[in-house]
Amino acid sequence: MNTMTENTADITIDSRGATCPGPLMDLIGRVKTLDPGTVVELQTTERNSTTDVPEWLEKAGHDLLEIDEKDDHWNIYVEVN
Amino acid sequence: MHRIAIVGGGTGGTVLANRLASELRPELEAGDVELRLITADPEHVYKPTFLYVPFGKKTVDDATRPIEELVDRRVTLTIGEVVGVDTDGKTLSFADSSILGYDQLVLATGATLEPEAVPGLAEGGHQFYGPEGAERLRDELAAFTEGHLVLSVVGVPHMCPAAPVEFVLMVDDWLRERGRREDVELTYTYPINRAHGLESIADWATALFEERDITLETFFNVEEIDPDERRIETVEGRALGYDLLVAIPPHAGSDFVSEAGLGDDGWVNVDRHTLEATNAEDVYAIGDVADVPTSKAGSVAHYEAGVVADRLASRARGTVPTATYDGKTVCFLEAGMDEATFIEFSYGEEPFVREPSKPLHWAKLGYNESYWLTARGLL
Repeated sequence: MNTMTENTADITIDSRGATCPGPLMDLIGRVKTLDPGTVVELQTTERNSTTDVPEWLEKAGHDLLEIDEKDDHWNIYVEVN
Repeated sequence: MHRIAIVGGGTGGTVLANRLASELRPELEAGDVELRLITADPEHVYKPTFLYVPFGKKTVDDATRPIEELVDRRVTLTIGEVVGVDTDGKTLSFADSSILGYDQLVLATGATLEPEAVPGLAEGGHQFYGPEGAERLRDELAAFTEGHLVLSVVGVPHMCPAAPVEFVLMVDDWLRERGRREDVELTYTYPINRAHGLESIADWATALFEERDITLETFFNVEEIDPDERRIETVEGRALGYDLLVAIPPHAGSDFVSEAGLGDDGWVNVDRHTLEATNAEDVYAIGDVADVPTSKAGSVAHYEAGVVADRLASRARGTVPTATYDGKTVCFLEAGMDEATFIEFSYGEEPFVREPSKPLHWAKLGYNESYWLTARGLL
């Protein structure tokens, strides 16, 4: 995983503090409303998000750009297709 | 006089009012404290009863009692709809334009169903989370002899996270008892990559589904329903036909919560241990409307009410509140029409799922009867 991000998000979803499946559901709820090409930054403290978010993106046909590990959370960058 | 206002007459608000009436009895009788319970509905509703209505095991009337029969006489009961809260001025505004001041406020306004948030769901889907829906589903199920029954969890978070798994296991058993199961295909859908948010429940349910020939569809996020074609379309691009759709609709909190800046989507942002609102002073939230990382379940509202009763009583007396909530959640899960299991967990814990048994099923039914003692603050 990268430790430095080169991505700039159009939308930030702060799901820090929410437990599984909160962060993924927050992402799914927002992605439904966004235009293709939009870059989303999902902030999560839930370790499971680093596996279940990529799995859902593959199923739903969106792109995982990067998972950036911070000191106390992860920033997951997603591009909507 | 110190004024405590509780908004919401469900499990959380009613248990809290009765606990406080007991804890603050001397202060209430001396006229130093006023304890007011405000609810829009003069009937108290115990929602877990609705799970049994589609199977003809309970009626909608079994779920309701007049709230005035349940609350202590020291509680001032106000029937009215709160439409706004001013946390700076410490006032509540009502639908009839009246205004009420408070010193400490507890929001226990619960969750509401929003089937209209998904196109076609209100027309094409059934649900058992409310009285009319549960009765309509009872009639539909009675006449359902063959075809594809889909239980779809559309909205997360939702009330009673165990109920969708319970419903599908109960309907499987109920159809078998009537000799109809071979002519009915059963499918359960869930939005994430497993059958339930809690991993241990997901593992338990998945094994039972395989055993009972119930198809599990995961990463299934409903985008719209076509009621004419009887087809579900998902965000992931799936299409699934159905003959009878039982759905868990999206839920929402209270509009005035968002308007008052207390939290997003109508849920109140609170400290998960003290249950005090993070965006306002002297405001608490309990039950489904409180945004805490555990289930939206009656047991949670019940335990939270005990904690907030202690904290409010301490503040009313001018002492430092020390009671905290650790996320305790207790839940009975039906595994069919005559067997159940039981789980208990706190924040961050994964529950252990016991082998289902008949005594646990009887315990669940017994608790549902004794719930009326819980509402009175006695159990």
